[in-house]
Amino acid sequence: MDVLLQQIINAIKVGSIYAVIALGYTMVYGIIRLINFAHGEMMMFGAYFAYILAVSTPLPFIVVLFLAMGLTALLGMLIEKIAYAPLRKAPRLSVLITAIGMSLFLQNLAQLIWGAEPKRMPSVELFEPIVLGNIKIDAITIVTVGLSVIFMIALQIFVKHTKPGKAMRAVSEDKEAAALMGINVNNTITLTFAIGTALGALGGVLYAVAYQKVEFVMGIMPGLKAFVAAVLGGIGLIPGAMLGGFIIGIVENMTKAYISTEWADGIVFLILIIVLLVKPSGIMGKNTKEKV
Amino acid sequence: MALLEVKNLTKNYGGLIAVNDFELSLEKNELVGLIGPNGAGKTTVFNMLTGVHPPTAGTIELRHDEVYTNSLVGKKPYDIAKLGLARTFQNIRLFENLTVLDNIKIAMHNRMQYTITEGLLRLPRFWKEEARSTEECLNLLDVFDMKDSAYILAKNLPYGQQRKLEIARALATEPSVLLLDEPAAGMNPSETAGLMETIKFIRDKFDMTILLIEHDMHLVMNICERIIVIDYGKIIAKGKPDDIKSNPEVIKAYLGD
Amino acid sequence: MDKKNKKYYLINAIAILVVFLIIQTLMSTGMLNRYISTIIMLICINIIMATSLNLSTGFMGQLVLGHAGFMAIGAYTAGILGIALKTSGMPGFVMLIICLIAGGLLASIAGIIIGIPALRLKGDYLGIMTLGFGEIVRIALTNLTGLTNGAQGLTRIPKIANFTNVYFIMALCVAAIMMLSRSRHGRAIISIKENEIAAESVGVDTTFYKVSGFAISAFIGGIGGGLFAFTIGYIAPLNFGFMKSVDILVIACLGGLGSITGSVIAAIVFTILPEALRQFDAYRMIAYSLALILMMLFRPQGLFGTSEFSTEKTLAFAKRVLSKKGKRDKKAKKGGKS
Repeated sequence: MDVLLQQIINAIKVGSIYAVIALGYTMVYGIIRLINFAHGEMMMFGAYFAYILAVSTPLPFIVVLFLAMGLTALLGMLIEKIAYAPLRKAPRLSVLITAIGMSLFLQNLAQLIWGAEPKRMPSVELFEPIVLGNIKIDAITIVTVGLSVIFMIALQIFVKHTKPGKAMRAVSEDKEAAALMGINVNNTITLTFAIGTALGALGGVLYAVAYQKVEFVMGIMPGLKAFVAAVLGGIGLIPGAMLGGFIIGIVENMTKAYISTEWADGIVFLILIIVLLVKPSGIMGKNTKEKV
Repeated sequence: MALLEVKNLTKNYGGLIAVNDFELSLEKNELVGLIGPNGAGKTTVFNMLTGVHPPTAGTIELRHDEVYTNSLVGKKPYDIAKLGLARTFQNIRLFENLTVLDNIKIAMHNRMQYTITEGLLRLPRFWKEEARSTEECLNLLDVFDMKDSAYILAKNLPYGQQRKLEIARALATEPSVLLLDEPAAGMNPSETAGLMETIKFIRDKFDMTILLIEHDMHLVMNICERIIVIDYGKIIAKGKPDDIKSNPEVIKAYLGD
Repeated sequence: MDKKNKKYYLINAIAILVVFLIIQTLMSTGMLNRYISTIIMLICINIIMATSLNLSTGFMGQLVLGHAGFMAIGAYTAGILGIALKTSGMPGFVMLIICLIAGGLLASIAGIIIGIPALRLKGDYLGIMTLGFGEIVRIALTNLTGLTNGAQGLTRIPKIANFTNVYFIMALCVAAIMMLSRSRHGRAIISIKENEIAAESVGVDTTFYKVSGFAISAFIGGIGGGLFAFTIGYIAPLNFGFMKSVDILVIACLGGLGSITGSVIAAIVFTILPEALRQFDAYRMIAYSLALILMMLFRPQGLFGTSEFSTEKTLAFAKRVLSKKGKRDKKAKKGGKS
């Protein structure tokens, strides 16, 4: 029983990381209908920025985290301006290929800059682990889950109750109408990218701290899984990303613990296919049909 | 003996009733108009007839011969097309990046019989059927005065020609009933006049039966023999153009109280 | 078949034969070493992969991000069968054909399995589903160690593929796709991409053609996989991951989705380029991905768009140019005289 609970706590930790990364995916998809394949690389760059700050400055963890998020957000905005904005009216396939190209480019850029060897993320000791009987919840788990939840709630409030947030929702509904209403569509999209990318970076830093490893390929699988999570929960929906992230985290962990490590990834993709077949709009999504 | 018999046709979108108890009895060679304010459910009726959306209730029977009819409910659009019901679309749906000729040829898909293997191996039947098909397509285009445009890409045609092409394409499937969805949309008066002639011509030359949706009252009143008016999914009037023109219910539906 | 078409088919066939003879001669005289010979065979295999993907993604407009999955199924089926038949005493060529067809058939069954759910999905969603499929195939191959030897890969596959059979099988596959695209079935497939609802309204059985399109695309992709196995003699699940699907997709896109000629040329260029730049490995991938991005920004339709090389048009063009030149020469002579 204790083992099970420990596994569940672990699963929630992993799940909240996926949830945060999935949030980034879902925000970008919601606003410009782009599956940003390079999002996993945003996560990776966030981790690298944090690593560099952690080893070369005496700054506390929280400051490092926010700086890394900010730097990655800048990177995200730059990428959007250069590679995605010019293709807003292009066929979907072109943008998708560009995103794939961007993903490859960023991976290799990171490899070129920081080398192929994985870096060891310095451990973060914030406070003593909480012990409940035989179960240990360490500081990192609490911080990870806590930060994820805080950011998700903050995002939800932002999107529902602030002007820029409402602008985001308007632009994802109907770009032209939003523009006619006086909303600066370009700035809104850039802002969305900034936030989405920052969330990806947050996931990356938490991931790096949890697994103590930073390498240029670290964004690929978590990126894909976070994407599955976003689709599972309902792509374009913030609560959906949260829900999807936790579910994927739990499924992956439980499979690793009780079935086999090798099949864990396979099960995640199987879930993806089943969701797409049964309810493509995701658990929390609504169905929309093409008008004839 | 009706060619197309529709009874109790209903479409209920989980509480929102888009079409309620629609009925229609189309005789051979009739030219019937379906009118109503925007959102009345006209295109939804077409979509149900052509299998794009399944009806919630009702029957649709298309006559096959003296004895048999085919029920169209639950059939896929391509099967319904094969049974002899063809349509055009409110927003033109041409194969834009293909030539005018290819647009027509694709509609003749089922008039050719050669299998995938025969096509791969370029057996004699391939050559024979393709040549015959090209000839038939060019003849059809000639009827519509579009033979010279045969090798132009559909997206490069002027708007009026595109509408004509879509009608020609529908006719290429050799239907027994032709459904036209707002064929005059976006046309000026002289283009509309040309269209009116074209529609009458089609009815006569191809021995066609036509049901059309239109907002252009001039067109409807002048070429339709009989008109059905729907509003909020229900039929509110049926009859000859003159009767419809002066029907108070119809006037109320279009102009409000 | 009328005279005109017979003439061009003959010209094309001769051209294919001539190219073969040139390369084959270069190989047998030792001018092209073993390394380059293998590269040429890989080019042929990439041509098969790119053109087969072009069928489903280019002509039919269904985004496939897991084409390597079909390649993997073909490769492993052919490889496992090949190893089993190694000691049977069968002549190499017969064994090759049997194994390739087996691989192709199993891959096409997977294509049908993908095709059916694909009926309900469009665009990005379809793409992601195929991505999931590709990943599941790779993971399954890694884990079914009893059958596939898992992550370590399948070794000692008989190298029964040589340039001759690879080249002609490639030519056959490309010809098949070309023939298909220029038939009523090919038009039906293209109409699905152009406007699926309109296609259905004129009687095109989109269900049949979507599933068939995937099946044929997968079949040919499986053959490519089988040839890969018999060329290299060793395959591992990592050969067929998402990156491989991306590689094939990039070739098809850069060549022009909907252009078989484009796929052929792009396959040649993008098999040679990475090899030629191998020494600049780190920078190579950066340049490669940058090229991809730039291509999408400035020429999204790829090199060829949807146009094809046409023997007929090329010869007509050559004739016109030569006759103009002849006329000019005559004129010059005349002018010179007076």
